[in-house]
Amino acid sequence: MNKLEQYIRQQREQKELLLMTHIVLGYPSYDDSMRVVESMVEAGVDLMELQIPFSEPMADGPVILHANSEAIRAGATVDGCLEMAEKITAQFDIPFVFMTYYNILFSQGVMPFVENMQRIGIQGAIIPDLPPEEGRDYIAAMRTHGLSPIHIFTPNSSPQRMQTLAENSDGFVYTVARKGVTGKETQFSAELDGYLADCRAATDLPLALGFGVKTRADFDFIRGKADMAVIGSETIKVMEQGGVAAVKPFIAGILRE
Amino acid sequence: MKHSGYFNQFGGAFIPEILVPTFDQLEAAYLEAKADPAFWAEYKQLMSTYSCRATPITYAENLTHHFGGAQIYIKREDLNHTGAHKANNVMGQGLLTRRMGKKRVIAETGAGQHGVATATMAAKFGFDCTIYMGAVDVERQRPNVFWMEQMGAEVVAVEDGSRTLKDAINEAFRDWVTNMDDTHYALGTACGPYPFPEMVSWFQSIIGTEARQQMLERVGKLPDRVYACVGGGSNAMGLFSGFLDDPEVELVGVEAGGRGSGIGEHAARLAYDDASVGVAQGYKTYFLQNRDGQMQDTHSVSAGLDYVGVSPILADMHETGRARFEAATDAEVVEAMKLTVQKEGLIPALESSHAFVQAFKDAADMHSDQVILINQSGRADKDIFTVADAIDDPKWKQFIIAKADEYKKANPELAIAGGV
Ligand SMILES: Cc1ncc(COP(=O)(O)O)c(C=O)c1O
Repeated sequence: MNKLEQYIRQQREQKELLLMTHIVLGYPSYDDSMRVVESMVEAGVDLMELQIPFSEPMADGPVILHANSEAIRAGATVDGCLEMAEKITAQFDIPFVFMTYYNILFSQGVMPFVENMQRIGIQGAIIPDLPPEEGRDYIAAMRTHGLSPIHIFTPNSSPQRMQTLAENSDGFVYTVARKGVTGKETQFSAELDGYLADCRAATDLPLALGFGVKTRADFDFIRGKADMAVIGSETIKVMEQGGVAAVKPFIAGILRE
Repeated sequence: MKHSGYFNQFGGAFIPEILVPTFDQLEAAYLEAKADPAFWAEYKQLMSTYSCRATPITYAENLTHHFGGAQIYIKREDLNHTGAHKANNVMGQGLLTRRMGKKRVIAETGAGQHGVATATMAAKFGFDCTIYMGAVDVERQRPNVFWMEQMGAEVVAVEDGSRTLKDAINEAFRDWVTNMDDTHYALGTACGPYPFPEMVSWFQSIIGTEARQQMLERVGKLPDRVYACVGGGSNAMGLFSGFLDDPEVELVGVEAGGRGSGIGEHAARLAYDDASVGVAQGYKTYFLQNRDGQMQDTHSVSAGLDYVGVSPILADMHETGRARFEAATDAEVVEAMKLTVQKEGLIPALESSHAFVQAFKDAADMHSDQVILINQSGRADKDIFTVADAIDDPKWKQFIIAKADEYKKANPELAIAGGV
């Protein structure tokens, strides 16, 4: 069991459902990203996804897409994001994983990128356009460095496919609640139960459930069904509407006892 | 996925997990159709009754004399229904969509040519249709938007990123990851994840297969060189497919040189040194990107060639030296087009005119018993606004001003409104 999975299991002994949140590095600026991370950690999130912006974020919906292009327009670079991630991991005590698209790794070289991740204390990565068939070098590099390659289960995944994805994953598996891109509406209803049962049957790894999670009610619904809920687009919207200061009360509202 | 879809280091299928079963289904349908002679027979029948296949080759006698070198022949893809080679791919994918039992098609479009072809196919087959088009392209290709809408397609102007072809492709994928159950994404060029590059090239191979036979019948020998413009690479792959086993035939692809070399000034991924290997839009090829791997803006007078990536099959042919790649600048393209209109009465699209530029440069240095073949991938009716601007035709401007005044008087409420 690697470090990330161990952490998730330990947290789960104290809490029934963990919370992972997401930010786009450099949106709207590096300073703001830093303040958002601080707010989220103080509000009690258990894990965070740091997205390195890419010009072609094919799997992302309008909110995160906009954040990606604005971050790049504002001057975010891969080196800048790595520096920033290094500061974040030094300052905060929860695990962080990268989310980005394969070209970001490919341009730097997969091996140097993974070595960098290890050096700066990032514990895993989600690369939504890199299926395991195309990512053998990446998966091997992550594993030799003790980092978690995290793959995605979807409502379209067959049991065999889930098996393959799980075998190629460490840390946890990211299950998307529905078809489509990030940030659209999701009906959290009993229909999810069958799918989540299939996910559970396919792997012993912890399960994170994301796509469309935005309210306390969604969070409560997921409790007992997955190990971790993921909030992505919604916190970006909260920040866009209420500024960085709105983020902490929003997260605290989701997590309050 | 049974097949990796690689052409040496290029290609692959870098797709979001949600689409894995959809690509499995598409691959199966494609391989089944390819193995079924009845499918190709049905396809040829459709293309000969609904479009204008076989398209002829035309001997460009006046241009040949003008340059005084190689004999110039032109493959007339402009005579397809909807005015470009795009119909070949779209009708093939329409037949596949029907085989897969899907009821809706979506597509990206740059010039609007592929969008019009897809809307036509959807109308004919009774599919619902949504076309994604960069907002910049919507502005410069209004006549095509008009026809797509007339055929019942919904045209979505994409406002993200550079608001051109690559952004339209991203947006089509975003639709597809939601609606894959009843929707087929009819990608318009020999790019994207496997099986698209190979499948689109297969449908377009009808160009090269016909051309090879026509040259043998008409001229009694194969051409020494064949020329095609290269956007994503589908008309080039179509033409080249006919001559892959003829090493004596030189294959020449011509990219958009725009305002000349330097990133942001053009869309030449192979001919200039500004591109590097990367992975985006689901496949690995040469992209016009920065060192971080962020895609950069491109420029071309022709919307259909204004794209950051290029067919992985052509990238491989570039690497192995099987094909030669050149670039034609905007200014050269307009000149070549004007000359072709004046000398032959043919109206090559601005995209196609790129191929003419290089062919003209080469023809003059060749011997009169040598033969070249240019693919006229489309006709320029759709480009009339751009061409009229490039030629700076005063009578055209007078006409537009008069027409605008007429609309303004009749519809004062429209005079301030903009948009799609
Ligand atoms: C007439 C014409 N030729 C060429 C192209 C370029 O596409 P491809 O390189 O796939 O042939 C286009 C694209 O829209 C087109 O409309």
